[in-house]
Amino acid sequence: MKALKVTGWILLVALVGIQFMPTDRNQSDLIPKTDFMVVNDVPKNIESIIKTSCYDCHSNNTDYPWYNKVQPVAWFLEDHVEHGKEELNFNEWDSYSSRRKNSKLKSIISQIEDDEMPLTSYTLIHRDARLSDSEKKIVLDWVSKLKDSL
Amino acid sequence: MKKVKVSTGILAMAVIALSATSCKDTKKEGNSTDGVQSEHMDDNGHMGDGMDDHSDMDHDNMQSSESMMSTNEHSMMSSKIVGDYLELKNALVADDKGAAAKAGGTMVASLNDFDTSSFPSGQQEELKDIIEDAKEHAEHIEKSPIDHQREHFDVLSKDVIDLIAITGTERTLYQDFCPMYNDSKGAQWLSATEEIENPYYGSKMMTCGSVQKQIN
Repeated sequence: MKALKVTGWILLVALVGIQFMPTDRNQSDLIPKTDFMVVNDVPKNIESIIKTSCYDCHSNNTDYPWYNKVQPVAWFLEDHVEHGKEELNFNEWDSYSSRRKNSKLKSIISQIEDDEMPLTSYTLIHRDARLSDSEKKIVLDWVSKLKDSL
Repeated sequence: MKKVKVSTGILAMAVIALSATSCKDTKKEGNSTDGVQSEHMDDNGHMGDGMDDHSDMDHDNMQSSESMMSTNEHSMMSSKIVGDYLELKNALVADDKGAAAKAGGTMVASLNDFDTSSFPSGQQEELKDIIEDAKEHAEHIEKSPIDHQREHFDVLSKDVIDLIAITGTERTLYQDFCPMYNDSKGAQWLSATEEIENPYYGSKMMTCGSVQKQIN
């Protein structure tokens, strides 16, 4: 029992301790010239859907939830955003070559079609990021058109 | 005492959750030595040796002149990639997700090894672009279900076709076309044999498609 108590204390101290460890926050006010919305002629409704449902993890600016103040949640999110940006960063859209743009658009279409994006773990808390069937359709139609125009 | 137990449990879970997130990126090492049709194995084994010799030579050559490399040497550089690609294609023809994933992993490594520095500077940019794009698709093939593997294979095929258009290839290849895939937009692929074996549909529509052109 004593051992248990000691372990409990150690873990508690560790958990409190990690709260003081800094994380890189993915935040920027700057909208680069290469941003998807800047270089493409995106209709307002589609811009709003993509910004709400995709930009938190796929741009340089995340609208953080309150629980991001708590570790280890913050680390989890940090890792998540980092990976998301690596795959696709809408802020850097125009720095991709046509070949890469085509690949990214293809992946965007297939991920949305198959309900793989936005991630369930994300929409669970960000209810407004969920895509309804009609939203899915207008986004897919528009993105397909953009892809064909490349 | 019960309280201690409960809080210990919660804390333990937190720690486990934490450590689970940090080891997400462990990548498995692809190795092509099994689960592959022997025909292509021989090719790969042979090509692999060629690549090694070649990269040693590279350094000597580079000192004298970068553009001294012959077309033949350039085509040798892409042959490992083409070999992996064909292995991947065969796995998709056989509806074998596991083998396709493995071939995808091997291909990532070959793409990483591809050195563009011996090419004329005008071609380097495009080659890098092709390699980077292909790598992303190969990485996804490594960890996706088979229908996704096929979607990525479609774009990857274009990348490899464009790659060998620049590097050339010493082997005979057939550029095939399946008109149905991709919502009837069609999709290309490369094969080492003239006979049509469709990697996009596998056993469902094995002979769907036609030869667009023969390379070499």
